[in-house]
This record gives sequence, structure tokens and C-alpha cells, in this order.
Amino acid sequence: MIETLEPKSAKSNIDDAEVARFRAIAAEWWDPHGKFRPLHQIGPVRLEFIRDELIRHFGLKSGLKPFAGLRLLDIGCGGGLISEPLTRLGGSVTGIDPGAENVAIARAHAEPQGLAIDYRAVTAEDLVAAGEQFDAVVCLEVVEHVPDVGAFLKTCAALVRPGGLMVLSTINRTLKSYALAIVAAEYVLGWLPRGTHQWDRFVMPDEMARYLANAGMSAPRFSGMVYAPLRDEWKLTPDTDVNYLASSARPV
Amino acid sequence: MSGQRSIVICGGAFAGLALALALRQGLGADIPVIVADPALATRPSRDPRATAIVAACRRLFEVLGVWDQVAGQAQPILDMVVTDSKLEDATRPVFLTFAGNVEPGEPFAHMVENRHLIDALVARVEAAGIDLRATAVTSFESRSDGVDVTLADGSVIEASLLVAADGARSRLRERAGIATHGWDYDQSGIVVTVGHERDHHGRAEEHFLPAGPFAILPLTGNRSSLVWTEKRAEAARIVALSEEEFHGELEQRFGLHLGEIKTLDKPRAFPLGYFVARSFIGERLALVGDAAHVIHPIAGQGLNMGLKDVAALAEVIVDAARLGIDLGQADVLDRYQRWRRFDTMAMGLATNSLNLLFSNESTLLRTVRDIGLGLVDRAPPLKSLFIRQAAGLSGEVPRLLKGEAL
Repeated sequence: MIETLEPKSAKSNIDDAEVARFRAIAAEWWDPHGKFRPLHQIGPVRLEFIRDELIRHFGLKSGLKPFAGLRLLDIGCGGGLISEPLTRLGGSVTGIDPGAENVAIARAHAEPQGLAIDYRAVTAEDLVAAGEQFDAVVCLEVVEHVPDVGAFLKTCAALVRPGGLMVLSTINRTLKSYALAIVAAEYVLGWLPRGTHQWDRFVMPDEMARYLANAGMSAPRFSGMVYAPLRDEWKLTPDTDVNYLASSARPV
Repeated sequence: MSGQRSIVICGGAFAGLALALALRQGLGADIPVIVADPALATRPSRDPRATAIVAACRRLFEVLGVWDQVAGQAQPILDMVVTDSKLEDATRPVFLTFAGNVEPGEPFAHMVENRHLIDALVARVEAAGIDLRATAVTSFESRSDGVDVTLADGSVIEASLLVAADGARSRLRERAGIATHGWDYDQSGIVVTVGHERDHHGRAEEHFLPAGPFAILPLTGNRSSLVWTEKRAEAARIVALSEEEFHGELEQRFGLHLGEIKTLDKPRAFPLGYFVARSFIGERLALVGDAAHVIHPIAGQGLNMGLKDVAALAEVIVDAARLGIDLGQADVLDRYQRWRRFDTMAMGLATNSLNLLFSNESTLLRTVRDIGLGLVDRAPPLKSLFIRQAAGLSGEVPRLLKGEAL
């Protein structure tokens, strides 16, 4: 097992009423029909990409626990929607989020299930400063909210051990993504609160590849993800015009 | 720590046992699967009915390793005739014939006696080390993160998911407050096994008699299983007749084309109805098989639809578990419901229309349906579409029904 950096005694300092409040918000985070519905909807397809890329890259055995023995970092973990599945798949997961409230929510949801996840309210820069490295780093729906993507990806890359893997997901900057991710998702369908995304912060795959190269990472493998309205499900597709995922290895 | 808790299946008939096997195959032994049913104490099964197992469901049983055990007692349906006739007609005009293969050498269905299938399933489930409890589920308490299932023996299981496979009068469905929508046909199906002098050559017959369909379904040896539809009161009268009188009624409908006939068991009448549960899911709860829907047996699709539920639910659960997703969480169950409920409604409505069309003596309707059947008979692509539909191979097919392991 990987030791938790936060001392266990820290938990006893948490106010019970606060914990109850976080449990209530956690229920909201985890309600697939609630306000985080879009994240729940893209959950399975993002996990499919992460799982398949890690299995391929590390030569893992598929099954219920392919990540056994791997140390994984989830940057921007939110309520733990990805950290929990990664843990069930056998990984030793650290989930970080700059929002202390998010981390409290994630912890409140994981603990009753006996999922040992190392949640911390720190930034990626903090972990680099502490000299930490992981077998794989996932960073989903984060880079489109970051002012300096190049610098941020350098930080993320520093957290990947040599020979490890990074998995990202974000939104392309195309007319189609403007129409779908902003006009449709925020204004027509109301899937996301207005102002969630700024189109000019979206990152094109070739820009992503350049940033990753500058960070010393390998040429990324891309996959698109698209909503199939008849099945009301998202699926992986070669089309990276709107939402897409990328995986990139850190050379040994 | 697996991070996934157990799955409790309430009901140890076809759907429950097949689901248990499918889950064990897909998930391995790390996630416990428990089947609870007091009926597991009475074995071997004495169910007198026989069922047409369509090709898709035979594939599922092959993948689950059950088919080998029943193959010797399964009679392939090699062709099928459909006639439309009045009771007193001397000859029955044949409107539709199916030489029924979905793939070369693969008959679209086999007739299997229920007891053989149940016994083979139980044996396989035991061999797989699945936890069988010959006791009832007395109550359950579901929350967003799990369900506590209390059994009649007092034990409480903390589960991820509870599956109601407890039949048409599902107590779990009732307890979950899930209503059903449907109607009663005021018809009963009389079921009896008949021995006959001559070989049926694997032919199934469906005669649309005025009271409703009269189906002769071939079993192994010179035997056939009958499903004989009558108005409810008439059916009750018929099954209460003396052996001799019953024989007279039977012969009038069965005809003499297979030589001398005799009944091999006591005729029993089963009321026919149709319903679909308003929801196939609840919090940490999924309904499968008859607990979710009962349809008119006119097209022989009831059990096959239940097995389709099983194949779809097993697939969404196994796929979720392989992504590390809590297998009983609401969006996983939503996916099952989207997959199955629409299909079930469509099949329910189709069989209902068939029944309305055929359980009727109006001359106009008779002419319309005969022209319709005649047209289908002359249009090979349409006929092959019907065969594939009847064999369960249309629509979005779960992997198990395609013969693929999960």
C-alpha cells in the first residue's frame, strides 16, 4: 500500500456538521440526473479510454483490477467521479483539487464505501515542489480552464515518472465545438451553466501535441468522443472536432 | 478490498439462474452473486411446460455452458406452418410456411421442456460455486450507495444491487412501488403434452382457430407440446372434462395427420395477460423476466424476452465493473432500462395486435389477415426478416445473444 501523506489524526479535527454538509453536497455531485449529469454521461467513455491506454502502455492484464500496483494521480478530481473508478480498478489513487470543499466532498463519498483514496486540497505545482511522481497522471476537462496551457502541461509532465503515461481530455477549438460545446450545451440544451467554457481557451489537438513535446512528452494518441443522441450515450470516435482525449508517454 | 459489493438475485427460475451464470462468467468470483429462492429446495423441477428457445437464446445457453446438457432433449423446429381455419373446416388452408434457419444449419428455435432446462441451469450454477440460498427475500432497504437485503433466514446482505427475478407477481416490484400497465385477455392457454403415432419431422404448427391460436410444438420422440387458447371460462370447462371427453375436444382441433394421439399429462390452464412494469429499475433494483413484463404467448416470445433482459443487464453490469464504476449506480441501471423497456413495449404491442387479429371470427378480418399472411409467404426477404425477428436477432443485440462471452 501507498501511505497517505495526510496524517489520520487530521480527520478527528473535522467538525461533524461540516462532514454532514459535505455528504449532502456529495450526494448532489454523485446524482447522475442532477446538475453534474454531463460529467456522469461522459464518465464511462473517458474511463474506457484511460483503461485501454493504460493497459496498452503498461502491458496490463484486463479484468476487474487491471491497475493493481499502479500509483495514479487524478488532477482536478472534483467530487471523485474518476478517482473512485480508478481505485476500484485496483489503482492507488491520489486525487487533488485546489478547492478544499471539493476534496471534502470526494472524501465524504469515498469513505463510507471503504475506498482508500488519498484526496488532497493542493495544486499540481505543490506536488511538483514536493517531488512526487506517479505511474500515470490523468487530467480531465481541466486544460480548457487554465490560462497558460503550455506551462500547466509542463507541471503535469513533471509528475509523470519516466516511462509513465499522461491522459488528458479537453475540447477542440473549432466552429463545431463552438456550436456544440457552447451554444448547444450551455444555451440550448442547458447541460452546463452559461459561462462554463470560454471558446478561445479551447485547445486544438496540434497545439496540445506541441505543448506536450515542449514538456518532453511523446507524440500523443488522440481519440474523439461524441454524443449519440438515439442511445443517449457518449462513445469514442476518431473524430476529434469537439471533445477529445489524448494519451502521451514520458520517455524513459 | 474489491470496491464492489455483492449482487443479490431474488428468484431461481430461468432468468435468475441465467443471470447468475452470466455475471459469474463476466465478473469472476471476486464479486459475490447470491441467488435466493425457496423453490431451490424442491428439485428436480416438475414444471410441465415446454418452451421454444429461439436461436439467440440458444447461443446464450451455449456461452453459459448449459446447452450441452439439454441438447439431447431439445427438438429443433425445422419448419413451421401457419393456418387459418374455422373449427369445422375439413382441410386447413396453409398460408405461411417457414423453413426456419437463421444461418445455414442453425434452426431458428428448439423446443425444450422447462424442467430439463431448469435442472441443467441449477447444476451449472452449483458447479460454478454461486451462492444458492433456498430462502426468500423478506425485505430490502435501498440508499443511493447500496441496498441491504434481508432474507427469511434472518441474514442481511449488504449489496450493490438487488435483482427482482421473482416472476409475474413479483413481490419486490410491489415493495418498490413500481406499478404495471397492462390488461387481461380473458383467455387461458391450455397446456398439455401429446404423444402421437407418426413423426412430426420437427414441424411446428400454429392454427388460428376462432377462439385463438392453437399451437402444436414438436418435442423429442413422437411427442408434441400443445398451447391451446380458449376463452377463460371455456378453458376451465375443458380442463375439467373427463379424459374421454377431453380427448374428443382435442382430436377435433389436433386432427389426425400424426395418427392416433393420446395425452401424456394432465391438461392445465394458464391465464393469459399482458403487462409491462412502468419502470424496469428502482434505486439499486433491476427487474428482469416476468417481473418486468408478461406478454401473450402467441408468438412464443415470453421467455426469450426474459433472457434478453438477462443478457442486457449482465452486459451493462459487467461493462460498468470493468470500468471501475459502481455496478448498481443509477446511470448503469438507466442504461439497462433504455435498452430493454422500449423493445419490450414494442413486442407487447405486436403480440397484442396479432392476438386481436387472429382471435376473431369476423369475415373481413379473416380475409385481411389471410391476404397479409399470403403476401408474407410470397416475399422471401420479408419472411427472412420475420424469422430473424422471431429468433431474437434484430435490434441492438446483447453480446451473449450473439454467442459472444462477456
